[in-house]
Amino acid sequence: MEQNVVVKTDENLEETARIGVYVCHCGLNIAQTVDCPRVAETASLLDDVTISKDIGYACSEPGQQQIKDDILEHGLDRVVVASCSPRLHEPTFRQMLQSAGINPYLLEMANLREQCSWVHMNEPDAATNKAEDLVKMAVSRIRLLQPLKEDTIPLTKRTLVIGGGVAGIQAALDLADNGYDVVLVEKRPTIGGVMAQLDKTFPTMDCSI
Amino acid sequence: MTDVGRHPKITLHTLSEVVDVKGYVGNFHVNILKRARYVDEKECTACGDCVKVCPVVRPDEFDLGLSSRRAIFSPFPQAVPSAYVINVNECLGHNPVVCAKCVEACDKDCIDFHMSDKEIVEDVGSIVVATGLDVYDPTELDEYAYARFENVLTSLEFERLINAGGPTKGKVLRPTDLKRPRSVGFVQCVGSRSAKKGGSYCSNVCCMNTIKSTLMLKEHYPDIDIKVFYIDIRAFGKGFEDLYMRSRRSGVHYLRGLPGTVEEEPDRGLKVSIENTATGKLETHHLDMLVLALGIKPAASTQRLQEMLGLQLTPDGFFLEAHPKLLPVDAATRGVFYAGCAEGPKDIKESVTQASAAAARAIRLMHKGEITTEPITSMVVEEHCKSCGKCAEVCPYNAIKVDVKRKTPAVVNTAACAGCGTCAAECPFGAIIMNHFTDEQILNQVHALLEEKPKEKILAFACNWCSYAGADYAGVSRLQYPPNVRMIRTMCSGRVDEKFIWDGFLKGAPVILVSGCHIGDCHYIDANHWTEKRIKKIHKKMSKLGIRPERLQLEWISAAEGVRFADVMQQMEVLREGVTSEEIAETIEILKKD
Repeated sequence: MEQNVVVKTDENLEETARIGVYVCHCGLNIAQTVDCPRVAETASLLDDVTISKDIGYACSEPGQQQIKDDILEHGLDRVVVASCSPRLHEPTFRQMLQSAGINPYLLEMANLREQCSWVHMNEPDAATNKAEDLVKMAVSRIRLLQPLKEDTIPLTKRTLVIGGGVAGIQAALDLADNGYDVVLVEKRPTIGGVMAQLDKTFPTMDCSI
Repeated sequence: MTDVGRHPKITLHTLSEVVDVKGYVGNFHVNILKRARYVDEKECTACGDCVKVCPVVRPDEFDLGLSSRRAIFSPFPQAVPSAYVINVNECLGHNPVVCAKCVEACDKDCIDFHMSDKEIVEDVGSIVVATGLDVYDPTELDEYAYARFENVLTSLEFERLINAGGPTKGKVLRPTDLKRPRSVGFVQCVGSRSAKKGGSYCSNVCCMNTIKSTLMLKEHYPDIDIKVFYIDIRAFGKGFEDLYMRSRRSGVHYLRGLPGTVEEEPDRGLKVSIENTATGKLETHHLDMLVLALGIKPAASTQRLQEMLGLQLTPDGFFLEAHPKLLPVDAATRGVFYAGCAEGPKDIKESVTQASAAAARAIRLMHKGEITTEPITSMVVEEHCKSCGKCAEVCPYNAIKVDVKRKTPAVVNTAACAGCGTCAAECPFGAIIMNHFTDEQILNQVHALLEEKPKEKILAFACNWCSYAGADYAGVSRLQYPPNVRMIRTMCSGRVDEKFIWDGFLKGAPVILVSGCHIGDCHYIDANHWTEKRIKKIHKKMSKLGIRPERLQLEWISAAEGVRFADVMQQMEVLREGVTSEEIAETIEILKKD
């Protein structure tokens, strides 16, 4: 995989953020439309960006390892991953940051796949411009992100199952057999649901009750 | 089923409905309305003495009206709980007691007319939604004449007829003359895969249900003539194709084409006209009985539960999962899981699989006995707080307490705060910081995107749960839209502060879009009501200042509305093209003065 790596050597770095930017190709999912090396290069010129790379698959084991290595080598304290939707891989990359010793909330994702390459497939230039903007927005936001701490609160070890058809029955039994208290609510006078009304059922051809 | 009744870990509430859910993952408070059974569940031995004396005869809903029952009854022999139940609306009178024959007949004194409906409160950590399905009502498809001819049955009625425990003890008899039909037709896709009536989706179970029924019929009556009218047979699961082939080999005729009309003949038989699309010919078939393979539709209770738990629905009306591939049984609301047809049409095996998965997901959440809370919550800056109480008013979770009289600063209960950020947007004094979505963090994004060539860009705010997910869905569906849209994600549209809008216009944005969940679908109960109010307020102010209000748009886009998202983006582009450089410059001047 061809990679454009730009590392800035900034001497007075104590005060400022040290941001790593990773522009993911996602195979060809992003790279077919968006010029990933160009996006990485543009990002490298942004303030506080210490390192900016394009990367084959950011979510893969080697991809994550590379980011982790960079965190240690370049003393990164924040990471922008420009790849798929944060609704998909935000937890993945947050975990990665945590394992590299960075607060998991110092991550920002730029959505270059679902909201860029896949929806502007016929306009590679415009898509690349957009990708540059999305990364720039992510960098401008990440500068101000604060580390956050998760709290733990007690939890009631009981489950409410709404509906006593075959699905509700199975869920209730699995939970109860695992030692959890279950409250099963059924609006009819009996459980069984539609299943109970059926005659023989495939493939066993036995009674459904 | 009996395992459920006996299990020491399961509390079963029948005749019950969930009427309210409060709280959050790990700590839900659930109100359940339990209607009176009028028979002691524990004492009743289901001897049936009461039934013999009850004078009220009503159609039996379990047999779909094909048989009758009394006002005191057990739905079916294997019912759980086995206790009888009185339908109090049918009973001649329980208050004052009119007939009371059942009370006299019951040796164990189980019948108690003084029972009343109860409201029960249960505390739980997780919720499995397994509300099942309703079947399609075929009366609107008049061409199949279900409402007109008695010998047209539904697939569920047929199940009762061929069931040994059913009204005919498993003998298939035609309703009009109680004789065995010599020929039976099955009509597929009734209420499914239709653009006009019923659902446009495939109901998943009807093909296999019919194939099974044809085999059962052939097993009972080898000489019976069976015809299946179909669009195509979907036998996609393990062992399904085998069953289909067995049915064909046993002599069942499969004819590609759905009936155009069904007419009744003098002998009460049915004349079914189809266009056979395999041969291209119009055909008429004479059948003794016709069975409509009914499709599955979302349960009637779906919408109420959706509002109660802040869930999302697909356009079909079934519950929407958090991710179609990776989180197929999780709801977007943490701590809520789906099982069975509530999430979409499925057969028994799939329902059971999904139910086990939902149980495992719930256990995964609960096994530690504690959960980590999302730190994306709001925070009060005490020095700035004037104790006006606005934040407490707008909070959908009552997570903020302010003593307006004593003027003590607001306090956020972070465990109850779900992180919508509406309080931060509504606070008139900037005294609330929404962690991870602070004013500065969001404004920095606005500035970054409008730094160069702002006139060419569309600034769009989208809520995480619906509109941003809708945009992702547009991506997954490869729907193409103008590439000059720049999205800023907030957890809720309620977070979109007035100042983000003014700042956007001040920095030269031609148009701005605010998008969120549909009213009633908000992930944060009703926070998007405040979005709506706020946008109205900004629109008024824009008119007053001489800025065209159309330049700020508010759209509700759900997670399943990828097409709508792409359409809205096209409309925004049209709007943007109508904004001139002069107009933008003028707006900037106006806002600078203001």
